[in-house]
Amino acid sequence: MKAATSSIRWRLTVWFGLLLAAVLAGFGLTAYQLNFRTELAHIDEALAVRVSALQGDLRSPPPSLDRGPAPRGEPSDGGLRRQRPRPPGGPDDVNGPGGPPGGAGPGAAPPPRRGGGSGVVSVELSARTAALFEAADPLGYYHALWGWRGSPLLSSTNAPKGMEYPNDGSLTAGRVHFRTRAGFREAIYLTERADCVLAGVSLERTNQAARRFGWWLAAAGGLVLAAGLGVAWALTTRALRPIQAIGMAASRIAAGNLAERIPEQPASSELSELVAVLNATFARLDAAFQEQRNFTADASHELRTPLAAIITTLQTALARERTVEDYCDSMQACLRAAQQMRRLTESLLTLARFDAGQGELARDPVDLGLIVKDAAALVEPLAAARGVELFLEPGFAPVRGDAGRLSQVVNNLLVNAVHHGRDRGRIWVTTGVEGGMAVVRVVDDGPGIDPVDLPQVFKRFYRADKARSRESGRSGLGLAISSAVVSAHGGSMEARSAPGEGATFIVRIPAAAAC
Amino acid sequence: MRILLVEDDPLLRKSLAQALREEGYSVDTAETGDEGLYKIENTDYDAVVLDVMLPVLDGWTVLDRVRRSKTTPVLMLTARDSGRDRVRGLDGGADDYLVKPFDLMELFARLRAIIRRSAGLAHPVIALGDVTIDLKAKTVQQAGTTVNLTPREYSILEYMALHRGAVVTRTTLYEHIFDEDDDSLSNLLDVHVSSLRKKLGADLIVTRRGQGFCIER
Repeated sequence: MKAATSSIRWRLTVWFGLLLAAVLAGFGLTAYQLNFRTELAHIDEALAVRVSALQGDLRSPPPSLDRGPAPRGEPSDGGLRRQRPRPPGGPDDVNGPGGPPGGAGPGAAPPPRRGGGSGVVSVELSARTAALFEAADPLGYYHALWGWRGSPLLSSTNAPKGMEYPNDGSLTAGRVHFRTRAGFREAIYLTERADCVLAGVSLERTNQAARRFGWWLAAAGGLVLAAGLGVAWALTTRALRPIQAIGMAASRIAAGNLAERIPEQPASSELSELVAVLNATFARLDAAFQEQRNFTADASHELRTPLAAIITTLQTALARERTVEDYCDSMQACLRAAQQMRRLTESLLTLARFDAGQGELARDPVDLGLIVKDAAALVEPLAAARGVELFLEPGFAPVRGDAGRLSQVVNNLLVNAVHHGRDRGRIWVTTGVEGGMAVVRVVDDGPGIDPVDLPQVFKRFYRADKARSRESGRSGLGLAISSAVVSAHGGSMEARSAPGEGATFIVRIPAAAAC
Repeated sequence: MRILLVEDDPLLRKSLAQALREEGYSVDTAETGDEGLYKIENTDYDAVVLDVMLPVLDGWTVLDRVRRSKTTPVLMLTARDSGRDRVRGLDGGADDYLVKPFDLMELFARLRAIIRRSAGLAHPVIALGDVTIDLKAKTVQQAGTTVNLTPREYSILEYMALHRGAVVTRTTLYEHIFDEDDDSLSNLLDVHVSSLRKKLGADLIVTRRGQGFCIER
């Protein structure tokens, strides 16, 4: 069993999972950020409203606050703690163009006064403004106001301890600045006269909400990731199933069932091409095996039949006393059968040698024209017996090769032509050189070869003429051997025919330089 | 017994036909599958020796077509000895199967066996009263003594004994005793039958007027 980690399915799923996790993390972080920023923007908006309210109160304090005696040092007015800087010996003059305030308020923070006579000495918030702040809520909105030079004027009870005057010189007057400081969001406004108002809120709630949102995102992401991994596993399993099927079919074929084929995939599937290629390969293998099996069976049949004839003849002859003529007949019959076996054995051995690449060939200069002349002389009596006429045009066709084997080839073609041609037919044999190839053409005007048989004629033991019995003692190996001989010479053989129009056999062998 | 031999190899056909004739069979021969099929369909052979590799129609095809209409015992001869071919032959309706090259004695024995089995006999000796016929040795004994019969007489007796209880017409008898090359006159049958009666007793073979002969059970 293979390690689980090396399986394609496992690896695909892991990679998919990693990718999905990265995408989810990216989305999650972005969503988290966006959410946080939106929250912050809301807070900022709210703070801006409050700052402008504070600022408004600073500019025009409510008259009641200006004149009426105010309780000191105690919370009033919705939790506002008032710091009332008192100018020495003078009524409160908030906006009046008085002299520089010299006095200091009671308590720890004497109000610094600013020159120009426009500084704020004390302030009270309008009820409307005060309602904007949540003094009772430690995490709610708070405010703080500073007068000239940063003297604290007023701050709500829930303001964080130790608030410092925010203007470190970087603030620009006339606009609202926002800052985040130690868990608080604050909006600061510096007036033209360097009064300063601040509204702030603790970010505790926002952070909590953000954390909740974060957890929620993580949980959702985890669920999606788990679901994604499951789907990825299922999909890869499904996608890989045909591969598994292919593998199993292939192993069954390897185990010897050559007739088995891999089930066809849908035509659009990427695997269909692979399956087609594999099936074609298996089909070729199967065909080659089948051919080999048939050849063996045919060879065994061709050898066993004369052997059976010999045994039967001899057993019959020996069964009783016979005349000398009878014995002679039997021996003649046995001899014929034995000769048939000898010829067949030689043919089979020849084929086997060529198959093994050991067909030993001489490489002599040979003129195919001369070979045709000699072969024709040998075949003439056979042709004459059927009234067949031979027409020769033996042109000069030099090759390097084995004269004996080439004679065999030409002889075989001529005998075939006589045999398969019609009675009183004609056979034309031409030789010559065409395009660097020495060519022999044997043409007859017989009944031709059936198109079904044409591709088979060079196969071993193939007999196109099924109705013809073995009377003639022909084995069905002649053309197969001829083809092997010609191939061993680097040439090729071709058969052309149309039914009723005779057959043409063409031998092509690379021509040798004129010799 | 009349046998058809379908074999395309001329040497084997000739010597096998001769051997079978010398064994006492009437033998017809066929060279190709279609010729063999034609003869089987038109003659009642007692057995057929059928080669598998034949021109025109191979042995399998011939067997298949024969089995559609006839139960003639068929002995297949083949040069292939793979088990698959054996199974195919027997499943295809062949009664027996012999691989080339074969021993002649084995062929004869198997031939006798399929003929006997087709007649419904398990034992190669038939007893008719005090007459016993040894199908294997092709001898006839009466009350313990061997009776000398000519091959024709033996063939007639054997055929009638194998079809004991049934009336065998002259034509049938003629067809099974003489092969296609024989042009003996049919009244030769009467000569052989009367000779048999002389040798084995007058009441062994009964003549049914207008029908034929019969050996009664």
